[in-house]
Amino acid sequence: MTRGAPAATGPRTVLAYVIRRLFAVVMMLLVVTLTTFVIFFVLPKWAGQDPALLFVGKQTDAASIQGIREKLGLADPVLVQFWHFVQALFVGREYSSGTDVTQCAAPCFGYSFRTEQEVWPQLTDALPVTLSLAAGACLLWVVGGVAAGVVSALRRGTIWDRAAMSIALAGVSLPIYFTGLLSLAIFSFKLGWIEGEFASFSDDPAQWFQSLLLPWITLAFLYAAMYARLTRASMLEILGEDYIRTARAKGLTERVVISKHAMRSTWTPVLTLLGLDLGALLGGAILTESTYNLPGLGRLAVDAIAQKDLPVILGVTLIAAIFICVANLLVDMLYAVIDPRVRLG
Amino acid sequence: MTDFDKPATAASAAETVPDTTVGVPQAVGSAPSTSFLEVRDLRVHFPTDDGLVKSVDGLSFQLEKGQTLGIVGESGSGKSVTSLGIMGLHTTGQYGRSKARVTGEIWFDGQELLGADPDEVRKLRGREMAMIFQDPLSAMHPYYTVGKQIVEAYRVHHNVDKKVARKRAIEMLDLVGIPQPDKRVDSYPHEFSGGMRQRAMIAMSLVNNPNLLIADEPTTALDVTVQAQILDLIRDLQKEFGSAVIMITHDLGVVAEMADQLLVMYGGRCVERGSAEEVFYQPQHPYTWGLLGSMPRIDREQTERLIPVKGSPPSLINIPDGCAFNPRCPYADVPKGNVTRTVRPELQQVSSGHYSACHLSAEQRTRIWTEEIAPKL
Repeated sequence: MTRGAPAATGPRTVLAYVIRRLFAVVMMLLVVTLTTFVIFFVLPKWAGQDPALLFVGKQTDAASIQGIREKLGLADPVLVQFWHFVQALFVGREYSSGTDVTQCAAPCFGYSFRTEQEVWPQLTDALPVTLSLAAGACLLWVVGGVAAGVVSALRRGTIWDRAAMSIALAGVSLPIYFTGLLSLAIFSFKLGWIEGEFASFSDDPAQWFQSLLLPWITLAFLYAAMYARLTRASMLEILGEDYIRTARAKGLTERVVISKHAMRSTWTPVLTLLGLDLGALLGGAILTESTYNLPGLGRLAVDAIAQKDLPVILGVTLIAAIFICVANLLVDMLYAVIDPRVRLG
Repeated sequence: MTDFDKPATAASAAETVPDTTVGVPQAVGSAPSTSFLEVRDLRVHFPTDDGLVKSVDGLSFQLEKGQTLGIVGESGSGKSVTSLGIMGLHTTGQYGRSKARVTGEIWFDGQELLGADPDEVRKLRGREMAMIFQDPLSAMHPYYTVGKQIVEAYRVHHNVDKKVARKRAIEMLDLVGIPQPDKRVDSYPHEFSGGMRQRAMIAMSLVNNPNLLIADEPTTALDVTVQAQILDLIRDLQKEFGSAVIMITHDLGVVAEMADQLLVMYGGRCVERGSAEEVFYQPQHPYTWGLLGSMPRIDREQTERLIPVKGSPPSLINIPDGCAFNPRCPYADVPKGNVTRTVRPELQQVSSGHYSACHLSAEQRTRIWTEEIAPKL
């Protein structure tokens, strides 16, 4: 926060800030990758489990295990393995066990132990689903939650306030697998309004919308509740601020005082919470995707964990980490846009 | 004209008796006021869980254009509540926290405001009457530039495009002495120093050339050196625009230079009122004596101590019976009997245009003032 000099957040400052932050993101991702790598490829060894064994599954014989070990490079020292993994992300990798050579183009996340398919295409298939779910739900809960909170604050003590806050309490208390299954039971099975599998937006926008509508509402319901309560509380506080009195003293209509002056300040705490929630969002996405059978990252992760599919787990973790880092970067930048007292730096 | 000198008591709230500083008797009731601003028996009560808070309880005064009225009193004496009441800011904002009950009459330029359509009063706010607040940092919106806030204040009441309004904002910033106004217009309030912020606040208040300016402790949050500048600025601007000014403060030093009329408030009521000169040099009320005694002065001997008013301001829910000041008044036992603790004193004329609400007799007051108080000041 600078004082005196007219400070401005010019495009240059923003660019420098973004570059600095991106550098930090890369370092962060490296640490996340290493940690995950150690957890899934090194720790099992200490417990007497062999990743190669997980790959070959039940039809075991010593020779094929040894072959896999060599092909996947599992016999190498851990750091060498890690280096190969990171290298593969950028330049691709060649798996070979003498005669059998497999080419994996960059970005190479390796092969699934279960399906023996490349991991990267699975991730790129799943990511848009999760992004659609997350973005739609996010929009819904911010708009819905803030609107409910504002109405509650302005009509404090009335039936509207109580109704909104009761619904909010329900939203916070009810888990996704309850509201999700309930909504499925009512709208899909009983009423039959919503049917069919997920379709990508480019294939069939109508089906895309239809298949995501319930997941959006279910996921948003959980979060919107918190936003409604937060907005209500901060709106009530802001209405007592001196600058609101000043706005009224200027002769502004009450509508302008609320919609312009008070609302402007309400966005700051909402954005703060949003920054925190984006990280936790993938957790909610896992439950929602499982409940609604959406082929997103969450379901991919659940399946991979259940099947001990190490490369897929590693891939999903990395993608999730990137998602969280970028989302937080965006929120921080938005913060500076909303609150001029925040300086990027 | 004794009848006209008594403001209405709580029992006869409806029957308002205006008392005039000019000495022209006025008709009883809601006859239109001939003054530029006249407040008649203003009461602002706030119902709370603990009881009814009587922040202002029967206040009357008048003010003409070009004049400055100083309202003095401790925290909680009802000064700010009075000013917000005149601006109509208690009743506006149905979403605000206060559920104030405002009664009485406020005559502003021939129009009664308390009974008027709230939207009519809103249109007067900012255009005809404007306000400067105590803490300019919290009184300005932190997320909008100073320029935008001034532009907004101008455009509410003037149908002009943003460019014209911006020009006007720069002009106003220049007028209140902000250097490089064309650059500073795009600064945020937090980028200003305290004094500059208050100047910007003044620029915002005066952008529509209001005829009434209410300054609510405009210098309290500022450095002493800046205080004088701000007061000079307000005085200069008043001369330029010929507006009426209400200066609210707890600092007698501030009003000493500025005010033509003084009104001393205690416990939501007026205890003394008159020309600034009379109130300063012939103060009639023990509370005014207390205020004068607790005012630091450079010409006082260093060995002499300030004379503080003992005790603390009364609870506005349980205002003491009799004279509200009696628990803190060193002369409460001077009048015979228990009168100071049972009968609420009404404003009485002391000399032309000078009123005081005290049970002490004129002789007693003169004696105490000349023998006990004045020598110590």
